[in-house]
Amino acid sequence: MPEGTMNQGIGASVRRKEDKKFITGKGRYTDDINRNGQLYAYFIRSDVAHANIKNINVNAAAKCEGVVAVYTGEDIAADGIGGPICGWTPTNRDGSAPKEPPHPLLAVGKVRYVGDHIAVVIAESLEAAQAASEKIVIDLDNLPAVVDPATAIGNTQIHDEMDDNVYFDWELGDETATADALGGADKVIELTVTNNRVIPNAIEPRAAVAEYDEIEDRYTLYTSSQNPHLTRLVMAAFMMQIPESKLHVVAPDVGGGFGSKIYIYPEEAVCTWAAKKLRKPVKWTADRTQAFLGDAHGRDHVNKVKLGLDKNNKIVGLRVDTIANLGAYLSAFSMVTPTYLHGTLLSGCYDIPAIYTNVKGVCTTTVNVDAYRGAGRPEATYLLERTMDYAARQIGMDPAEFRRINFIPKDAFPYQTAVALQYDIGDYEPALDKAMEMIDYANFGSRQAEAAKRGKYRGIGLSSYIEACGIAPSAVVGTLGARVGLYESAVVRVDPTGTISVFTGAHSHGQGHDTTFAQIVADKLGVPIDSIDIVHGDTDRIPFGMGTYGSRSLAVGGTAISKAVDKVIEKGKIIAAHMMEAAETDLEFKDGKFTVAGTDKEKSFGEIALSAYVPHNFPHDRLEPGLEETAFYDPLNFTYPAGTHICEVEIDPATGVVDIVDWAACDDFGNLINPMIVEGQVHGGIAQGVGQALLENAHYNEDGQLLTASYMDYCMPRADNLPSLKIDYTVTACTHNDLGVKGCGEAGAIASPPAVINAIVDALSVVGVTDMSMPATTEKIWRAINDATAKAAE
Amino acid sequence: MELKQSQDIPIPVAQVWSALNDEQILAQAIPGCQELTKISDTELTATVKLKVGPVSATFVGEVTLSELNPPHSYVISGSGKGGVAGGATGSARVDLEAIDNGNATRLTYDVDASVTGKIAQLGSRLIESTAKKLATKFFTDFIAILSPESEQS
Repeated sequence: MPEGTMNQGIGASVRRKEDKKFITGKGRYTDDINRNGQLYAYFIRSDVAHANIKNINVNAAAKCEGVVAVYTGEDIAADGIGGPICGWTPTNRDGSAPKEPPHPLLAVGKVRYVGDHIAVVIAESLEAAQAASEKIVIDLDNLPAVVDPATAIGNTQIHDEMDDNVYFDWELGDETATADALGGADKVIELTVTNNRVIPNAIEPRAAVAEYDEIEDRYTLYTSSQNPHLTRLVMAAFMMQIPESKLHVVAPDVGGGFGSKIYIYPEEAVCTWAAKKLRKPVKWTADRTQAFLGDAHGRDHVNKVKLGLDKNNKIVGLRVDTIANLGAYLSAFSMVTPTYLHGTLLSGCYDIPAIYTNVKGVCTTTVNVDAYRGAGRPEATYLLERTMDYAARQIGMDPAEFRRINFIPKDAFPYQTAVALQYDIGDYEPALDKAMEMIDYANFGSRQAEAAKRGKYRGIGLSSYIEACGIAPSAVVGTLGARVGLYESAVVRVDPTGTISVFTGAHSHGQGHDTTFAQIVADKLGVPIDSIDIVHGDTDRIPFGMGTYGSRSLAVGGTAISKAVDKVIEKGKIIAAHMMEAAETDLEFKDGKFTVAGTDKEKSFGEIALSAYVPHNFPHDRLEPGLEETAFYDPLNFTYPAGTHICEVEIDPATGVVDIVDWAACDDFGNLINPMIVEGQVHGGIAQGVGQALLENAHYNEDGQLLTASYMDYCMPRADNLPSLKIDYTVTACTHNDLGVKGCGEAGAIASPPAVINAIVDALSVVGVTDMSMPATTEKIWRAINDATAKAAE
Repeated sequence: MELKQSQDIPIPVAQVWSALNDEQILAQAIPGCQELTKISDTELTATVKLKVGPVSATFVGEVTLSELNPPHSYVISGSGKGGVAGGATGSARVDLEAIDNGNATRLTYDVDASVTGKIAQLGSRLIESTAKKLATKFFTDFIAILSPESEQS
């Protein structure tokens, strides 16, 4: 590799190029953008969960000083503006289509959750808009709230289109074969597993600045989004009903998303609509409470699990019946998350001959629930890994050994699961072995005994997970009800002086794309990463893109870049062959140099770039000037990261406080481009999973009021909740992308919750506790210990 | 939220009953009451300034008396809106029982209340203790206003 590019290519822990601006507070977020003469939008939200709207009187508000307009749902409807749509609809088990009740941008006739949008005040200042909103008189006729997914079916009707509150009733797998397998099993383990509801909590709340250019008849929307092209497509085609080319969407620096910024929400669309109506830019930024109330929540599943074992403790069958709370309205991926991203993962790392799952997606008077870091896969992993642990305890087998004997053997790949997926490659035992070694599993007993002497309960918990990321291919997802393709685009533009701009449809909102993607290009072209700019988040600059979610950016977006670079090299060879008067077939490219095989003739990449734009003697019938290539990459399959995480805890029985004392994670992400960034992703994912397992919970009371709508009541994980994490890897390279990479963004959040809960149950098993729900708060643990102790004393 | 408590008042039932129907006395006793206007024998409007945890707001609302069984019991219900702070609705069944040979009254109240909006979101943990505190303050003040000493003073 030429000087200056050493240790910058694939596999190098290059420091993140983007961090300087972030850590010096120079990131440019949507709220940092201000346009001349901009107005401010303030949304009036329902403070009750469910009610008929009898009347909304905006007259007094409209007359307030500084107020430019007040709009209600009727104004939106009068202009024919549509609401958010669902991007992927599974088919019901009876063959019918799911119910998709409309989601008006501002409520029409009814409000359906606390936070539902009723009206918007647009004024010259935010203060004026907020003050005027107090003058709006809203007359509501309250209806009963429906909060608990387990009792939502057949409860008070929420949408006219749906008499039983069931959006869909979906199944996957062979019901008869599974019933037979469970019927013939030596033992059937049954467990009810609840996955608690969580709130995404990106550091940057959602925001929008919309403007309309009357001369060009064109809108520009700056918004905090994970996928600006999807926003443009849905807003133009389904909401605003304007030509797609007339809407320019920019997602500048975005401070975290975790899934919550995939979806298109009412606020962005209302601001865009109003910008044209008022011929002035309109700005909106959520405050933290609005983020709690209005951003799509995550998880909220109740599962009944049956796991059948033969006399050798091999799994023979698995049945899972799930109720998934989707909230009051559907959002972009809310139906696919608990179905195709959940049911398909129920085989985990295990060889399970028969699996059947039924999932009912239910409507409640709570904010919509959609994909949240891991999206369906954490829910599947949690129920499976909790059940594996519970089963191991029931049969008196070491949980590591029980997992090991049920792993899909190394030589069984490609492995067809009983739930549609085909795992291309994997090897699960080495990751288990390595994680056990890292945490010194063999000597856990002596650590437990030592802790007991100090009056502490020590426990160890495993989680062997698999996940599927980089949803693909388009042809398959299309047959499964997806309304989008799942490819990615890349343009690699080489300038005359050899600098390179890479335009990607993936969107970085913390993942480090500026560095990882630059490393791929630097490695392949042999140029320094400082000569490479990664451009994302602007629909005018990038051909098209599906954005970033589902750990897809590297496996799909990175591969698209790799393919575009390959095309640049191919064209470079043609130019070099012409310049050196050699046959194109004799050209080789290595370490930034084009050489003619068997000669000492060479041209540097820079010389070729310059020549491409100064084509004084190009044969124009065969060779176009310029050096810019585009690739669209549609993967053949998901990628399947897998691994084992082991958590060790100590619990103080006097207080119920859990101390996570050790953590070993051994993941297989295929080839690593930047190990430092990967490690950071794993750290973040584990912290998020620990948050869900120990602390976080979105709680609606029976009236449908969100009682955890601030950091006073919603507890996020902090540094002192985590030990120093031991991270290592095994590598089985993905078989179907050029880079051999998988995804790493969600794995930590997928693997970690069951590891924590299994460790807690293990610690509490000394007093007879066999199960624990999330979040395992200090109070819950203290009560479990006291209840178990009292029961034992009876 | 539900709250049931009782309070002994050293005043006969008839007097307590008439005080409970006297908007001037109620206005003095209701914590934070800025205005209480009688619309009819069973309807009043009220403006009350309250603080629940970090949220303080002025509630404007209506108060209705129903199930009147003079001088033994009634149900007082109300709903108030506090703007951005949210709203509150609630009702209390109030029972008066003669004790101490008719010289005193045992007042029992059974409250069922719910809050919405910011008060629920930010102050939920504090609602119950705040409600208890407000109810206690109401009856302490109510008794003080009615008690013979205060009548003399």
